[in-house]
Amino acid sequence: MKSAVEQKILALNGDEAVAYAVKQSDVDVVAAYPITPQTIIVERFSEYVANGEVETAFVCTESEHSALTACLAASLAGARTFTASASAGLALMHEILFVTSGCRAPVVMAIANRALSAPINIHGDQSDTMAQRDSGWIQIYAENAQEVYDSIIQAFRIAEHPDVLLPTIVGLDGFTLSHSVENVNALPDEEVKKFVGTRRFPNALTHEGKTAPLKLDPDYPMTLGPLAFPNYYFEFKRQQEEAMKNALSVIKQVHDEYARISGRRYGDGLLEPYKLEDAEIAIVCVGSTAGTVKTVIDDLRTEGVKAGLLRIRTFRPLPVQGIREALEHVKAVAVMDRSMSFGGQGGAVFHEVRHALYDSSKHPLTVNYIYGLGGRDTSPSQIREIYTDLQEIVKKNRVEEPVKYVGLRE
Amino acid sequence: MTSKEKGWKEISIGAVCWKPSTEFPTGDWKTYKPIRDLDKCTRCLLCVIFCPDGAIHWKSEKGDIDFDYNFCKGCGICANECPVKAIEMKLE
Repeated sequence: MKSAVEQKILALNGDEAVAYAVKQSDVDVVAAYPITPQTIIVERFSEYVANGEVETAFVCTESEHSALTACLAASLAGARTFTASASAGLALMHEILFVTSGCRAPVVMAIANRALSAPINIHGDQSDTMAQRDSGWIQIYAENAQEVYDSIIQAFRIAEHPDVLLPTIVGLDGFTLSHSVENVNALPDEEVKKFVGTRRFPNALTHEGKTAPLKLDPDYPMTLGPLAFPNYYFEFKRQQEEAMKNALSVIKQVHDEYARISGRRYGDGLLEPYKLEDAEIAIVCVGSTAGTVKTVIDDLRTEGVKAGLLRIRTFRPLPVQGIREALEHVKAVAVMDRSMSFGGQGGAVFHEVRHALYDSSKHPLTVNYIYGLGGRDTSPSQIREIYTDLQEIVKKNRVEEPVKYVGLRE
Repeated sequence: MTSKEKGWKEISIGAVCWKPSTEFPTGDWKTYKPIRDLDKCTRCLLCVIFCPDGAIHWKSEKGDIDFDYNFCKGCGICANECPVKAIEMKLE
């Protein structure tokens, strides 16, 4: 695909790519608290603020709980709002994550995915965001620094879409993406500004009987974040589920529109298949590991092995139908999880991919691989072993061990 | 659930209130009720400022204050703040 505009090639790590995208996205308020491996995002952005390169109000808070609360309030006042965190920081935001989605505040947050304590570990895995998958936030995971940049810009459009109005997380694997420098093609400032536009607000009926844009405005007093009794709470939760359903098509539309400007596509914006059409065995994964898997697939294909990949780019909302259609022709599927769901027999991605396949009459054999916890490296040879396992599973036509661990010492 | 209550497609998103909170009296939550000694009260209006529920009103036509027991939750802040101890909290 050709780009419609001339782009600048920058050497950026994933965190810097986030900061650069935020700088270009005409953000009104950034409130944040530093935590490894996200720190560079806020550091770089505070430099933009100090240098007068942005007009953003930058709020240093005393904790992540406060950072997200400040973002929530700013967002409800109509500001385009961004924050970033990771690991324990995201865990501390837990309460406010639900308040933000419940208030329908379209805050965008980058998470440099990192392991949770204990034992304390600053390195990459996806335990932090996977643990927040039911918090009502959209979750998009990037494969490389380029996609990090592109996804942040898209995230503002997705989150703020009046049919969606949900906060959105963009996940980038800690260190693998956050701290590794790559070439990133950046759009011109004015193109990004035009693409993100200004915030649009759906109307709400106020307690004065007036119809007004959904934001705090002294001219139209409005009560946001009130108490709801058992007779109404349930209805508001159902609205959030509808917004998630709407997000499935909005994410695709925004991705397509962005692709026409940038020349870059990531599948359909929800799922990215790689050599999957005629594949007999496939891996499903989320995040940067997909890059390694693609390299291994290229090697296996030269050896005549029909291996493929389905990368889940959008985990919330989960594109259930897309996953089913992409995988049902495959004989055996290995789902890779970079987090654990203790006592749940496998990780979150496994649970959900298996759930998506249950309604398929073809029922591919599925197996789970837990990998990369606490920043443990996953090598091409380990990916190759997974495909070898899948070939065995196809031969035997059964899965003997549904949950396996990659590179774990016995 | 009564049929008068709205469905999820009809209500404002984000739980924006479509009715003022004054339509929901909350005065029946209280255990203790503030009773004012009219002789002691100097009409300094500190209680009006301190009331967290806005349930004490200055009535200019009377030149005096009124407790709105429909919304007073009986927290006792008014009695605590009163500089002349003119308010007593009595068990309802």
